[in-house]
Amino acid sequence: MTADSRRADARRTEAWRALDRVIDPELDEPGTDLDFVASLEVSDDGDVAVHLRLPTSFCAPNFAYLMASDAKAVLSELDWARSVSVALDDHHDSAIINAGLAADAGYRGTFGYEADDDLEELRTTFRRKAHVAAMERSLTALMAAHPWRSPQDMATVVLGDLPPGRTTDDLLDRRSAIGLSTRPDAPVMVDHLGAGYVGLDVQLALRRARSTRISIEGNAHFCRGLLRTRYDDPDRTTISA
Amino acid sequence: MYTKDGTSYFIVDAHVALWDARPENQRNVHGKQFIDCFYDYHRNLSPESELWTYEEYLYQGGERFMKDLFEDGYVDHAIFQPARLGEFYVDGFGQTEEAWALTQANPGKLTYNHNFDPRNGEAGLDQLRADAERFGLKGVKLYTAEWHGDSRGYRLDDDWTRRYLEVCREVGIRNIHVHKGPTIRPLDRDAFDVADVDHVATDFTDLNFVVEHCGLPRLEDFCWIATQEPNVHAGLAVAMPFMFTRPKYFGQILGELLYWVGEDRIQFSSDYALWTPRWLVESFVDFEIPEELTEYPALTENQKRKILGLNAAAMYDIEVPAHLRVADADETATGPRGADRVADDLVGA
Repeated sequence: MTADSRRADARRTEAWRALDRVIDPELDEPGTDLDFVASLEVSDDGDVAVHLRLPTSFCAPNFAYLMASDAKAVLSELDWARSVSVALDDHHDSAIINAGLAADAGYRGTFGYEADDDLEELRTTFRRKAHVAAMERSLTALMAAHPWRSPQDMATVVLGDLPPGRTTDDLLDRRSAIGLSTRPDAPVMVDHLGAGYVGLDVQLALRRARSTRISIEGNAHFCRGLLRTRYDDPDRTTISA
Repeated sequence: MYTKDGTSYFIVDAHVALWDARPENQRNVHGKQFIDCFYDYHRNLSPESELWTYEEYLYQGGERFMKDLFEDGYVDHAIFQPARLGEFYVDGFGQTEEAWALTQANPGKLTYNHNFDPRNGEAGLDQLRADAERFGLKGVKLYTAEWHGDSRGYRLDDDWTRRYLEVCREVGIRNIHVHKGPTIRPLDRDAFDVADVDHVATDFTDLNFVVEHCGLPRLEDFCWIATQEPNVHAGLAVAMPFMFTRPKYFGQILGELLYWVGEDRIQFSSDYALWTPRWLVESFVDFEIPEELTEYPALTENQKRKILGLNAAAMYDIEVPAHLRVADADETATGPRGADRVADDLVGA
């Protein structure tokens, strides 16, 4: 292997790792895990070309744009990247989005009159949902491990009570993303402003959080399946039950 | 009617279409993208024995429609919920004249719901009055992501939509079927947001709002709205076939709906021609909440009978033979069902 090709390989890996940071806000998972990266090419001179794909032509264009522009942003941060091109394939708004990305037109420049301000509120909405789902996963796991704890007790659980591991790490990440404390003495069961729940609201909020978690997990499952149907094996007609 | 193990079920397929997506009717690439998206849903969520070819999927025609629903599909009554999609298809996606002719030719079997687009302004209001008279409309189907000129969607709580809903009231249209789809202006906000359903359901308490595919992909927001608004109902279009490919997820959807919305406000549909009713009816009657989901109570026979037909029959005044009827559940109009059981439910999670 030549020095040039070794370098290109290393850069390609670096580019993949950068793309791991592009999250589908709705599904709360990296686009790389969801198989949204159709191709990634890195030339010897540091030109990066990415094609993204989605489960359907009619996936919401704002999320599509968000992920494509995030991909361009994280790749452009690579200090060796001479040029970065990101294209979204097979979407009803591919032409609009790809033209906007190529011109670095920004959200409003890309969508014109259909854009009012920016997509930050949208991003925030889904970060809050991701937090709710992560909170529910942590507390449900805690109740399963400690059957003597009642749902009502969940109102007084603090971060330090949670066992180390992936579920807790995910919760801490989601809390950081919306500006909630990650100190061990911080209560787990809080809304996006950090306010806790009391009385009957505790159980209702937990029950509601469960429906949020189910919704996100179900959507992610369905989107994965649709993407497989759409791309991976055009001859495959059905999946096994 | 479907009978299994001595129990009979009255079947109302509450969301069906006679569509034409053949290339000659496609106005542009979006017409192809739209039906391809449906076909991917079909391929992804169907058992192998129920798969159609792409050609079959593009267009079925009235004869096949009647056979799939009424000869093979156990359906007693079906309700057309046509999407217009005029920007994608030359003659529209749902075939109005063909569906209406079929409705007239088969008295008692079919209900024809039509659609309106609030962006048609005053002229559209007149058209709605005329359509209500011609078709004897009891319901309309609204697709909020319908494209219209340079607009790619509208909200139910827009001023113009409210004017249309007032006309619905005036002409006796009581059932508003809402299909939330992506793309809406401004793009800044969540395209699948169901908050507009909440606003109009509060303001038009004499109308029923049936949210198709039970608000998916925003199941949680839909449940929260439906638990507060007694005139909000869940349509199971698109959700039904999850029963086969994703039984756990389907069990969770149903468990959540029964908890937040209640057994009297959930309606079965095949979403024909996305899927056909026969296998869905058979599978649903056999369906049980998977054992691992201990947080949900078992489904009862009466719940299944209501979902498969009695709920929609009540909403549309469809006559149900006396021996197939079931009493309404003794449940609160709003708030979670069995909220007193909430503590036990959560422990099981």
